Parts: sequence; structure tokens; C-alpha cells
Amino acid sequence: MNTSPAIVIREANLWYGGNQALHDISMDIPEKQVTALIGPSGCGKSTLLRCLNRMNDLIDDVRTTGSFLVHGQDIYAPAADVIDVRRRVGMVFQKSNPLPKSIYENVVYGLRVAGIRDRAVLDAACERALTAAALWNEVKDRLATNGLSLSGGQQQRLCIARAIAIEPGIILMDEPCSALDPIATLKIEELIYELKSQYTIVIVTHNLQQAARVSDRTAFFWLGRLIEYSRTAELFTNPTEKHTEDYITGRFG
Amino acid sequence: MAGLKTLFRRGEPAIWFSGAGLGVSLLLIGGMVALILIKGFGFFWPGALAEVTLRDGRVLLGEIVAREGIPAPGTAEHLQRDRLQMKLGNRDITGVDVTWIDEDDIVATTYPDTAVYVERLEYGPFIGLPVQLVEADGRVTAGAEAVLAALPAVLRQASSDRADIRRLERDDVGGVNHRIGQARLGLRALDLEASTGPGVDHAARRAAVERDLSALEAAYLSLEARLATALEGASRARLTLRASGGEEKDLPALDVFRLYPANHLTWAGRAGVYGSRLWEFLSGDPRESNTEGGIFPAMFGTVMMVLIMSLVAVPFGVLAALYLREYARQGVVVRVVRIAVNNLAGVPSIVFGVFGLGFFVYVVGGTLDQAFYPERLPAPTFGTGGLLWASLTLALVTVPVVIVASEEALAAVPRSMREASLAMGATKFQTVLRVVLPAAAPGVLTGLILAMARGAGEVAPLMITGVVKLAPDLPLDSYFPFLHLDRKFMHLGFHIYDVGFQSPNVEAAKPMVYATAGLLLVVVLVLNLTAIMVRNRLRKRYQTSAFS
Repeated sequence: MNTSPAIVIREANLWYGGNQALHDISMDIPEKQVTALIGPSGCGKSTLLRCLNRMNDLIDDVRTTGSFLVHGQDIYAPAADVIDVRRRVGMVFQKSNPLPKSIYENVVYGLRVAGIRDRAVLDAACERALTAAALWNEVKDRLATNGLSLSGGQQQRLCIARAIAIEPGIILMDEPCSALDPIATLKIEELIYELKSQYTIVIVTHNLQQAARVSDRTAFFWLGRLIEYSRTAELFTNPTEKHTEDYITGRFG
Repeated sequence: MAGLKTLFRRGEPAIWFSGAGLGVSLLLIGGMVALILIKGFGFFWPGALAEVTLRDGRVLLGEIVAREGIPAPGTAEHLQRDRLQMKLGNRDITGVDVTWIDEDDIVATTYPDTAVYVERLEYGPFIGLPVQLVEADGRVTAGAEAVLAALPAVLRQASSDRADIRRLERDDVGGVNHRIGQARLGLRALDLEASTGPGVDHAARRAAVERDLSALEAAYLSLEARLATALEGASRARLTLRASGGEEKDLPALDVFRLYPANHLTWAGRAGVYGSRLWEFLSGDPRESNTEGGIFPAMFGTVMMVLIMSLVAVPFGVLAALYLREYARQGVVVRVVRIAVNNLAGVPSIVFGVFGLGFFVYVVGGTLDQAFYPERLPAPTFGTGGLLWASLTLALVTVPVVIVASEEALAAVPRSMREASLAMGATKFQTVLRVVLPAAAPGVLTGLILAMARGAGEVAPLMITGVVKLAPDLPLDSYFPFLHLDRKFMHLGFHIYDVGFQSPNVEAAKPMVYATAGLLLVVVLVLNLTAIMVRNRLRKRYQTSAFS
């Protein structure tokens, strides 16, 4: 894996008002692999994830320092276009949130807001995205039905489909399976495994088994600091930090 | 005692009290609506005509419309005996429409088979017995039964003649009149232009307009001649009737709107009269100083005004709510603005009326007149009350309601939906347009429903910004610009006030008040139901809850 990393984070700090949530985070996230962020609640992993597509901008009173380079470009530069950033870095949320529109409209939403109106292009993109999300066969006959009429697992796959419809290079997933049953979880994990050949995936998860199953590299956070970051197999079998070992053996968190 | 304590803890008394409260409220509302509907729409039902002979020898023929106990407060006979209210009609003969008679004074009551109730052009209804009918060709029919048999055909002819004459007057002569008015205004406009900017050749244009004017005046004269011929040829049948006191009245058939033998009708016949009266009420014009005839112009004016008011209030309200909720920085200023808006919702509407008069009518209207209609001055076009100013004033009254409801609706759109849209690269504006507004639409419609209900019922601000007792035209007609926003109009709420309290004949007007109030309730109900149905359909489409 000698390609340059997809995301380079250096000396990242973040404050919510007076509280510092991230302390000097530095890490490289490799291209076209799955990187898992694990840690106890409140350790800052979701906060870090949301920095990567500038979703923290939506919260008042947030201050960020440090550099975040996505494919070499500083996404927090004053000249950076936040819309462009969000198109290149997609996100799937913890609780599936399909828009109250039809399945088709959900998937092509990102393309529409980008200005693409050609029906043929949209149709092709919709089919491609739904197929890649392993949802096409289930919904191809009812693309006009409301997205909210799908089951929980299907809705989450719909959210993944609409994220990849705009062909971002990177997909961020914030605990995507925490609201799903084991079968649906399994399907999503299989999907992640297939998607990683095309997309860089960063996944936040509470489920250590999931992290062990799905990811190539794992980062362990605690109280806003990056404690350990290495290949998944090594981190889980041979952690170097005591905190990491305590966490993955269940002694706390 | 322990049993009572558990009862209270379970909350049973609260359930009973709240149920009772709901029951009482429903009874009150239901009672009021039932009263209005029964007295209002019951008024159209044709009752029987009774001929009562009184102890003093008087004979009265009329419709018994009410019964009540005779009040004698302080004595033992208080409310012991009844008196009846009889509608006698024949105001031109006797001077009284309606009278009260003690039930004890009645010696005999009969229901003459040939007694007729006649609705006519002037002086209210006539109640009596038909004597004879003289038709246009001179044929005389005498005797009550024979007259009743021959009448329907004659009245039908008279009614169609009346319609023809009205058409000639309103449409043809009225159209030419309108164009003459426009031509004269055109001449005045040319004069004004000439006085302010000499040098341009006005002579040619003036000559052209004057040519048109003389052509129009010639057309008017010929139409007048046609009208005279029509009037000549119209039904000249005359009907003679006898009142209960023996006086005879001679009525031209053209003046008779409706006539029916009240005691001779079958149920189907009565239903027919009821239907025809109800239809006339809903679609006809008022007569007799608004105490008879129909209220179509008032209904039309009310609906027109509510529509224009909504068209103005809703976009402004939604845009204001959007800015307050989505774009403004949430600090002290926004909170102060929000408090101000909430308080505006409680300001008495007459204050808005006075503001509307001062600002819209005098300032804006006056300026518009100076700028666009100088040739009509000193007669004001927009410088006086009218449909536009009344609607704008009421829009001011209802905008705070719309803002509050829309803000609630926008705030209720879940954050997750907005984040989903933004995470896909949509701008905030695109998110608002494509996701937030459609999801908030049901709540915005609730605001619209509340606004329409409030606006349709307000009368005070309207009285000074453009509603009149009797408007000569509807604000919508076939002359350009078709919707005349400068015209004064009629309104159901004001009509109720006017008929109930400003009318010369209160007893005759009372049923009209009930009927108009009932119609106002129906109009508001229809507007609300439409909005509710649209809202339900939108709710189904944009439901935000997931059930899986």
C-alpha cells in the first residue's frame, strides 16, 4: 500500500465552547481501506469523524485548529468550498434518515443539488448506486414509493446508496449498524467489504467485533486523545497501550 | 377514605372533569350552530297561512312564525298564557308587517285553501286571496281557483321577460355605458397631457376619441329604444289580490317574484319552494334594503377578500418565519422580534383598520391616484376604501398568526433530515427549498387555516377600509382588468351587522340575520375543510416518522 493516504490529520484540536473535545490528533487514513475508530462514549471519535466533512460547522460555538488534508487539499482553508468538500466526503448517519421523498428521489438527491438534470444520467446513477448498495433487486419495482416505507436495514442501505450516488472518494459511517438487528448488520458489513475496493471508508463503531471483522486499521480514542492506531489484527491481539488492552478486554467502556 | 385516595391518584376525577368540560363546550357550540341553522335556514320553509278571527271581530290572514309566553313579571300569570307572532305582510296597506296576538283572543282559525303568499318587488310580501287575473291579450280569469290554475304559465312568462330586460339593461346598455365612461376619461387624460406638455399633436388623438364617443352615444340611443320596446312588449298581465281586511291590490305580473298557495302545497311542493328560496338566497342580489332577496354579492366579496388576504399573508408570513428560524443569528434581536410578532397577534383588529385607512388608503392610495389615475380626480380610485386595501389590512391582522405557526412547523423539521441533505453537498438554501419547506408544509397550512378563519370573521377593520352596505357591482366582471381591486364590496360579517342593527324593519330582518350568520359559518367551514384536506394529503406524502 504505497499510495498516498486519503486523509492526513495533523495536530487537530477542537473546542465546544470552553470544553476541549479533541487533543492534538494526528493520523493518516489510507486510501481504499476501512479504518475503524473505537473508544468509550464521549471519547471524541464521532466528533473527529464529523470534522472530516465539516459537519461540525453546523454547531454553534465550535472552534477547530490543525490541518485536515483530504486528497492533499486542506478542507478548512478559507478558500475551501464546503459544498465541494461534502461532495467528496460522503456520510452515513447512525439513525437512518432517508428524506421524505421517493426512493428514486432519495438516491438522486445529491446529483440534483449538484445541478444534474438529465433524466438518463440520473436513472443510470440511481441503478448503479442501488446495485452497489445491494438494494437494487429489492426496490427496482417500486422506486416511486416513499423511502420511509422501507425496513430499517433497507433504509440504511438506501442512505449508503445515496451517499455513493455522487461518487465521493471517501465515505464516513457513524455507527451505521447500531440501530439494526444482526441480520441487517451482517448485510451492511458485507456491503462495506465490497465497497472498500472503490471507496475509502472510515467507520465509527461501538461494536468491537464489528471493528475486528470489517476494518483494516483501527484507531482507539480515549478522552479526546488518540491512544493507539495500527493494523486491526495487531491492535486486537497485541495492543501496545494499557488503556487499549483494558478497553478491548472489557475492563471499562 | 383509602378508596377516595386511590381514586384521586388514579386520576379518575380528572377524567370526569375534563370529559364534562368537553361535553359542555360541545353542547354550547352545537347549540349555537343548531340555533343559527334552524332559525336561519328554517326561515325559507313555506309555512301554512292561517286566517284567525279575533274576539273584537278583526280577521287576520298570515303566517304564524313564533309563540312565546306572555310576560307579566311579579304577577301569578307570568308566562301562563301564550301569544303568537303573525307575519301579515301587506306593509303598504296596513303599515305593519308583523304583529303579536294573544292566544286567548282567538275565536276561530281556518286555513283557506286558496290563500297565497306573494313575494314582490316592493313593500315586502303580500298575503291574501287571488281575485282575478287580466292577461296581456285582455283575457280575464276570475275566481280564486281558476286564477291559481292560470298563474304558473303567466308568472313563468313574466319571469323570463324580466330576465331579458335585465340582460339588456345590465349587459348591453351597461357595456355601452362603460365604454362611454372610458372614452370620456380618455378625453380628460388627453386634456391633462395637453396642459402639462404642449407641442405634441393631440388634435388627431382627440378627434379619434371623439369619433368613438359619438358612435358609442348613437349605440346607446339605439339600445335605449330597444329597451323601451322590450318594456312595452313585456308581460302586461295584472293580478288582483284581496287582503284579509277586504282591501284590493293590483299587481303587475312583472313585479311578482314568487307566489304560492301556502295551504294547498304538497310536501314536494313545499320542498320546491324551499329549494327555490334557498337558491335565490345563495345566488341572488339583495332587495328591500338588504332585508330580502339574496346575499350572493356579500358571499362573493367575503370569499374574494379571504383569497386575496391569504395570497398576501401566507408568502410574507412564511418568508418571515423562514428568516427568523433559519437564517437570522439567534440572539437578543431575534428574540425581541419574535416577542413583537406574538404580541401583534393579539392587537385588536380595529387598530389595524385605522392603520389601514391612514396608510394604505390615504397615503398609498392617494399617491397611486396622483400617479396613475389623474384624469379621474377629484373622484378617488385607490384613494378610498376598496377590495385591495381591505384585504391588505386583514393580511396585516393575520400575518402574525401565519408567522407563529410557520415557525413552529419549521422548528419541528428534524435535524437529521437537514443533516442528511447537507451531507450530500446541498447548500443551506437548497436544503430549505427541497427538504425543510415541503416537510413543514402541513404546519404552514395550519397557519393558513387559522388565518382564514380569523380573517373571514373580522368586521371592524373592514368597515373603514372598503366594505359597504350595498355595492353596485361585483369586484370581478367582464371589463378589463376583470378584477377591480379599487371597488368597494360587500361582506357577510358586515351584512349581519347591517341587516340586524341598521335595518328599518327589524322583525323582517331577524330571520335574514340568522340565515346570513349560518352562511358565514358554512363559508368558513368550507374554506377550512379544503385546507384541512390539502394538509392531510401533504402529511401523508411528507410523513417524517419511520415505523420500522
